[in-house]
Amino acid sequence: MSTLPATETLRGRRRVRDWLGDRILFGLTFAAALASIATMIAIAWKIFQGARLSFEEFGIAFVWGTVWDPVKGVFGAGQLVYGTAVTCAIALLVGAPLAIAIGLYLSEIAPRGVRGVIGTLVEMLAAIPSVVLGLWGILVMAPFLGQHVEPWLHRHFGFIPIFGGSPQAGGSGMLTAGLILAIMVVPIIASICRELFLSVPRELEEGALALGSTRWEMVRGVVLSSTRPGIAAAIILGLGRALGEAIAVAQVIGAGIGIHASLFQTGNTLAAQIADQFQGAVSKIQISSLFYLAAILLVIGLLSNLLAQWIVRRFEVQGSGI
Amino acid sequence: MAAAEPALQLRGGGRVRRRWIVNRIMEGLATVAALLAVAILGIVVLSVLRRGASQLSWGFLTGSLPTFGETGGGIAPLIIGSAILVGIATAVALPLGVLTALFASEFAPRRVAPVIRLTLDLMNGLPSIVIAVFIYGLLVTGRGQSGWAGGLALSIVMFPLVARSTQEVLRLVPASLREGAMAMGVSRWRMVTGIVLPASLGGIVTGGVLALARAAGETAPLLFASSVFANTIVWDPGQALPNMPVQIFIWSESPDPEDHTRAWATAFVLLVFVLLASMVARAALARRRRKLGQ
Repeated sequence: MSTLPATETLRGRRRVRDWLGDRILFGLTFAAALASIATMIAIAWKIFQGARLSFEEFGIAFVWGTVWDPVKGVFGAGQLVYGTAVTCAIALLVGAPLAIAIGLYLSEIAPRGVRGVIGTLVEMLAAIPSVVLGLWGILVMAPFLGQHVEPWLHRHFGFIPIFGGSPQAGGSGMLTAGLILAIMVVPIIASICRELFLSVPRELEEGALALGSTRWEMVRGVVLSSTRPGIAAAIILGLGRALGEAIAVAQVIGAGIGIHASLFQTGNTLAAQIADQFQGAVSKIQISSLFYLAAILLVIGLLSNLLAQWIVRRFEVQGSGI
Repeated sequence: MAAAEPALQLRGGGRVRRRWIVNRIMEGLATVAALLAVAILGIVVLSVLRRGASQLSWGFLTGSLPTFGETGGGIAPLIIGSAILVGIATAVALPLGVLTALFASEFAPRRVAPVIRLTLDLMNGLPSIVIAVFIYGLLVTGRGQSGWAGGLALSIVMFPLVARSTQEVLRLVPASLREGAMAMGVSRWRMVTGIVLPASLGGIVTGGVLALARAAGETAPLLFASSVFANTIVWDPGQALPNMPVQIFIWSESPDPEDHTRAWATAFVLLVFVLLASMVARAALARRRRKLGQ
């Protein structure tokens, strides 16, 4: 009987400590979660605040205005929007089919032993720092394209405007930038696609095979058709990556001026322009215009990401790696 | 006449053969696509190894950056600066990321967890150049460049990666462990610190290493935060810290061929570190998954 009060206080003390521990841990984790949301809001706020001066000066017409003249203090993103659209289009036209094919190879075709190895190697492609890929792009790939591939394209397809201009030996330009971006989006889209394809129920695949489909017919009829929304989401996520890549593009695109139909010409993109010009920017309005470019990137980036998330949720893509 | 013809034709006619051929072509194309990706990886890595390795020497690894027009020189300031920057980023992003993941998976009400998940996904999808401009507006204007600003910029890159990978690992902790603890009447924080965290420590570290490897190679976030630096070793994060990615970028844009060879050699060091770190982490992750998979 006499020990009872002692255990009571012991229990009481322990209860206090547990109560305190719970509170502290909850407080810490809650603060961290709040900080992450606050950071996201701060990023958007700071970027828009920085862009205000330029927005007041040029309005929404900044987005399609084609003059970028620091001397006269007139700025517009038209050329850069064009350059971004063209390079991203090349990246996705080349990269997306390749990535989907790789996803199919890794999930349906590859022998079991090879699967893991090649899957890891494809993911390693994403681990290469973009500045190293850009270095390789400008010193190895661009000269090769400029001296061998582009002249060939020009000779045989020169009647199409995009292959119209005469290629330069150095190889810097929109085509090179687009292909470097393609290398960057392939591992992203491929690894999402592989997860998607692996999530297709075995019974459906085996059912199609049992009905006499060839493997390709099974892939087309069952795997691809049931994962189409997921593939779209994967491609949009790849697009988000391609849109925002500044460094590798700045290295290989050649920082050109003007809008050219020919892919062999130099150009510039929104992200690469920021990377190129920030240290050279002196006037307030020019710095603000660079913030404006970042704001455009931020909005497109957020929208594409939200769109991808929405697709995933809307179509209940199962087991996706997104 | 009817007897001569088998009831069931075992050899395919034209249509079957065509389907078979199409199938073969498509399989072939998918295989070629995979090989192409592997080939590009091989070509890039071999280019860097071949051109970079020949430049490497003890003097190159330990010397100071060359001044303009000087031949030779070394990259010790870049290696040390990069290490400090990544260290700052890890010190900020790792605890915050783990805590956020803990909140999302252990404490958050059903309605709140998806909001945090979405925030992390959006942050992960942010172009790194946007982060650079944000840090420029927040910390660099008025105060000038510093290692702190650069490290913080890298931590914004690392944070969502750490948080998401930790969330994945926390999900792998067997429910039976949690339920066992709860049944014993253990309080929440004891369960988290005594059972959940120890069980997922390996995975958290692995995710951290992957995020670290990614941050070590990021150039854009440092472009306005830590890009104008001294050519000797700088230990003080109050000043701009020399670092490998930005210097590779600067050298790659230079017309001087000697700068290109320096860029290759620096890229070699960076690439070896990044690839080794992510390979080791991935191998550890795969082993864990296999172990928990059953």
